[in-house]
Amino acid sequence: MIVFDRVGLMYPDAARPVLSDVRLRIEEGELCLVIGHTGCGKSSLLGAVNGLVPHFTGGALSGRVTVAGRDTAVHRPRDLADVVGVVGQDPVAGFVTDTVEEELAYTMEQLAVPPQAMRTRVEQTLDLLGIASLRRRPLRALSGGQQQRVAIGAALTARPEVLVLDEPTSSLDPVGAEEVLATVTRLVHDLGVTVVLAEHRLERVVQYADRIVHLPGDGTVTCGPPGEVLGGVDLVPPVVELGRVAGWDRLPLSVRDARRRAGPLRERLGHASPDAGGDGPGTRGAPAALRRPAARGVPAAREAPVVRETSTAREVPAVLRASRIQVRHGRVLAVRGIDLRLRAGEVVALMGRNGSGKSSLLWALAGAAKRAGGRLRIARTAGGAGTGAGTGAGNDSGDDSRDANGSGDRHDVGDDHRAGRGGGRGPDGCVDPADLPPDRTRALVALVPQTPTDLLYLDTVGQELARADRDTIERGALDRNAAVGGPSGRHGAGGHGTGRDSEVRNASGGGTGELLDRLLPGIDRDAHPRDLSAGQQLALALAIQLSGGPRVLLLDEPTRGLDYRAKAALTAVLGDLAARGHAIVVATHDVEFTATACGRVMVLAEGELVADGPARTVLTASPAFAPQVAKVLAPVPCLTVHEVTAALAGPDPTPGTAAGTG
Amino acid sequence: MRARPPRSLHPLAWWIWSIGLATAAGRTVNPLLLVLVLAVLGLVVSARRTDAPWAGAYRGYLVLALVVIGLRVVFRTVFGGDVPAGAHVLVELPRVPLPGWYAGVRIGGPVALESVLAAAVDGLRLACLLCCLGAVNTLADPKHALQCLPGALHELGVAVTVALTTAPQLAQSAHRVRRATRLRGGRSSRLRGPRGARAVVVPVLHDAFERSLHLAASMDSRGYGRARAVPNGDAVAGRGTARRVTGALLLAGPVALCAGAYGLLDTTIPPGAGLACLAAGTASCAAGLVLAGRAVRRTRYRPDPWLAPEWVVAGAGVAGALALVAGTGFDPAALAGPDTLSWPELPLLPAGIVLSMGLAALAAPPPATVPPEVDPE
Repeated sequence: MIVFDRVGLMYPDAARPVLSDVRLRIEEGELCLVIGHTGCGKSSLLGAVNGLVPHFTGGALSGRVTVAGRDTAVHRPRDLADVVGVVGQDPVAGFVTDTVEEELAYTMEQLAVPPQAMRTRVEQTLDLLGIASLRRRPLRALSGGQQQRVAIGAALTARPEVLVLDEPTSSLDPVGAEEVLATVTRLVHDLGVTVVLAEHRLERVVQYADRIVHLPGDGTVTCGPPGEVLGGVDLVPPVVELGRVAGWDRLPLSVRDARRRAGPLRERLGHASPDAGGDGPGTRGAPAALRRPAARGVPAAREAPVVRETSTAREVPAVLRASRIQVRHGRVLAVRGIDLRLRAGEVVALMGRNGSGKSSLLWALAGAAKRAGGRLRIARTAGGAGTGAGTGAGNDSGDDSRDANGSGDRHDVGDDHRAGRGGGRGPDGCVDPADLPPDRTRALVALVPQTPTDLLYLDTVGQELARADRDTIERGALDRNAAVGGPSGRHGAGGHGTGRDSEVRNASGGGTGELLDRLLPGIDRDAHPRDLSAGQQLALALAIQLSGGPRVLLLDEPTRGLDYRAKAALTAVLGDLAARGHAIVVATHDVEFTATACGRVMVLAEGELVADGPARTVLTASPAFAPQVAKVLAPVPCLTVHEVTAALAGPDPTPGTAAGTG
Repeated sequence: MRARPPRSLHPLAWWIWSIGLATAAGRTVNPLLLVLVLAVLGLVVSARRTDAPWAGAYRGYLVLALVVIGLRVVFRTVFGGDVPAGAHVLVELPRVPLPGWYAGVRIGGPVALESVLAAAVDGLRLACLLCCLGAVNTLADPKHALQCLPGALHELGVAVTVALTTAPQLAQSAHRVRRATRLRGGRSSRLRGPRGARAVVVPVLHDAFERSLHLAASMDSRGYGRARAVPNGDAVAGRGTARRVTGALLLAGPVALCAGAYGLLDTTIPPGAGLACLAAGTASCAAGLVLAGRAVRRTRYRPDPWLAPEWVVAGAGVAGALALVAGTGFDPAALAGPDTLSWPELPLLPAGIVLSMGLAALAAPPPATVPPEVDPE
C-alpha cells in the first residue's frame, strides 16, 4: 500500500538529513505505529505519505514514495486526497467549515462526489464514529475527543485507503483518547483501512499496532512487529518496561498480556509491599521499597506511614489555603466551591475530564481569573523568594545557599527546617493574589498556562531571560519601597543566610538564566523561543515564571506534546522544586506521569472536588485513572516500574533516591 | 397556519430582498418613510435571525448607524456653509479664520435649524443603507452566501470564508495571550501603547501564522484546489489551451467593461457603442468564468433549495425597489420630504410598499435552531 524506496529528506539550512535511506513497506489493512523522540522526523515521515513533504513543506526528497501506486513526486497532496486521509495533532487547526455535517462533507465536495452519495456517506460516517447526535453542532463547541473524531470522520468520508494520524490523542483526556483509539482500531478491523499513526503515549496504542516503525533520530528507520522493535528501544510504555524488569522473555504489550504473566511477580512483591517494606523513618526517607525520586522531600501524604504523615501534616504549614472557590464562565459555574490546602514540598496532580474546571481552578488560584466567590490566602514569599532566586543564582553565594537549602531538605524530610521557616512568618504573612497588581502576584504564585508560548514574545531566549531578570529587580525595588515587616520574615527564611541583598544581586546576575540551566541545561540563548521543542519552551516559561520567587507553582497541562524523555525531565524538575519548598499543582490527563511525579491527586468533576488523597489511593481506586503497572499488579499497590525495581531490590537505598540526589 | 419545518432561507433571497429595500430607502429623504424602513428591518431581523454567532451583529450595525447620523450632524454644524435668508439660526459658533486661498470652506459661524435637520435626515438615509447591510449579514449565513459564487470563484470564496473564521480566532487568541501576559507580570503587563502591545501582538501573530499553515496543509491534503483530472500528459496539454482561452476572455472582459462605461459617460461617443461594449464585456466575463469553472469539478453537500419562500422574499425586494424607482401611482415629490420645517406627510402608496416588504418576515421559514452549546473548556 505504502512503499518508501530509499527515501532521504533534507531541509534547507539543516546540518543533517531528517530521513536517510528509508526503506519501508506498509501493507494494506495494517495499523502501523511510528515512534521516536520529539524532533526525530516522525511528522516528516507521516507528511511524506501524502506528499505534504516536500510539496508543502519544502525540502529535498530523494528516493521514491508511492501510495496505492501513485508516486508522490508527481502527485500533489490534493491529488492524493482520495487515497490518503490526514488527521493532524490539533483537529481545530484543520477545520475548514464550522458545523459537523459540513466538515464531514468538505473533502467529498472537493472530490466532486455526487450529492446523493455524499448524503449517504455522511450518515454512515456519523454512525460509524458515534457522532450522529452532534451533526448540527458547531465544531468549536465540541469536546476535544469529539473534535478529533469529527476530524477522522472528515478524512474517512472520502473513502481513503490510507489514514495518517499525527498524534491524534495528545491533547485528549484518557476517556477521549480511548474513544478515538477505539474508533481507529475499528476502522482497521472493520473497513480494512491502512492506518499510519504517530503517538507519544505508547501505553495507549502499542497493543493495537501490527507493525512499529522506530526512528532513533539519526534519519534511519527500524521497522518490524511490536515485540521485536520494542525489545531494543529505550522508548517503551510502562508495561513493556515492567516486562523487562521482571525478565520475561516475550515482552507484554497490553495490560492483559502482562497480567496473565504477572502472578509470580505479584507474589514476590506482596512480601515487599509498602506496609511491610517501609516503616523506619530513616535518614533517607523511610519506605525504601516504594520510594520515588519525585517524592523525596514530600513530607505529607503518600508513602509515609500513617502516624508520621499526620504529625508532619500538622507541622508543615499550608502555603496556600483556599476555601469555597467559585469561578463562573457566563452562565456556567465552572468551579463550584472547592476547598484546598497546599503544603510546601507537595506535588499535586489535578485530574478530571476535559471541561471539569481544572484550568479555571488553576487560574483562580493564581489570582488571575475573577472568582465568583471564596477565599484565597497564599503565604507571602519571604521564604519563597529565597528559594527561587537564591537557588537559581550560580555566583559565589548561590552554591552555598543551594546546599544549605537543598541538603537540609534531603536529609530529614525537611520538617524542622520548614517548621522553623513557618514560625518566622506570622499568620498575617498571607495575602490574596487577586488583590495585588500582576507584577506583585508573580512573587506569590506562578502559573504556566497551557500554551507556554503565550508568555514569550521576544526574539531570543536570552532576551526573554534578561526581561524576566529586569522584572524581578524592578519588583524588588518596589518591594523595598513598600517595605512591610521584611527583615524578620526574611531571616526566618531558613537556610538562605545572605538575605535580601544577595537575592537582588543574584537576580541581576542572570538568576533566571541559572534557573533555566538548572531546569533544563543546554538551551541555546540565541535561539528563537518558537524554535525550541515543546519541552524546552515549557522549561523557559517555567524559569521565567519562577524568577519572581513564588512558593506556589501551578502548571496547566504541561505534559502535552512531551515525549517520555521530556516527561522524565519534567518529573525530575518538579521533584527538585518541591524539595526546595515549592508547592506544586499540575493539571494533567497523563496517568503515567501523575504516577511518577505526583504525591497527591485531586480529581475534579463538573467543578467539584470528587477525590483528594495520596496518589496511591486515588490512582488505584478507579480503573480510568490507574496507571498500567497498577493495573497489572493489583492488588499490590505499585504505581510505577521504579517502585517495582526498588521493591525487588530490597530495602536498601534505592536507585531512585540516589539518582535524585545527583 | 401549519407549522413549517425550520430551515435557513437561501442566502441569495435575503441579499436580493435587502438590496431591494436599500434601493427603496435610497430613493427617498422622507424621514417618515426612512423610519418605516428601519422598522421593517427591525421586524424581519428580530423574527428571522438565527442564534448563530454572526447574528448578534445587527446591534453593532445599529450603533454604527447612530454614529453616522451623529457625525453627519456634527460636520454640518461645524462646516456649516452659508445660511439662507429667513432660516432659523440656532446658535452662532465662533468662526475660524481661514486663509483666502482656502475659499469655499467655512469653519464655525451661524448654525441653522434647517441645515441640521437636513443633515439628520441625510444621515438617517445612510443609516438605513447600513442597516440593510447589517440585516442581510444577520439573516444570511455569510458562508452559505459565498458558496453561491460561480465555480471559478470558489477558491476566492473559500479564502474569504477562512478569513471570516480567522477574525474571531484572532480575538480569542488575543484574549488568551493578554491573560497570559498579565500572568507573567513585570513591565510588559504594565506598559500601555506600542511596547506593551508587543507582548500581545507577537504571540498572537505567531499563532495566526502557525494556524494558517496548519489550515493550508489540511486543506491541501483534503483536495482543495484540485483540478478535474489527475494531471497526466494529455490532460495537461488540453488544459493548457483551455487556460489560455479562459485567460484571454477574463482579460478582455473587464477592459471592454471599462471602455463601455467610459462610452456611456462621454457624450461625444454615441451611446449605442458604449452599450455594445458593455454587453460584450459582460459576455466575455461570463464566458471566462464558465470556462474557468469547467476546469474545476466540485459538488455541493445539501445546497440550500430555492422554493416558494425564496421567491416571495426575493420578489418582495425586487417589486418594492421597482415600485419606488418607477415612482408611478403616487406623487414623487412626497419622497423628497418637506423643504420647510413642517411635519412631513406620509405618502400612502410608498408606505404600503415598504410595509409589504416586511412580509418577508412571514414568508421566510423559521430559522433552524442550533442545539445548545457545551462549553469545551
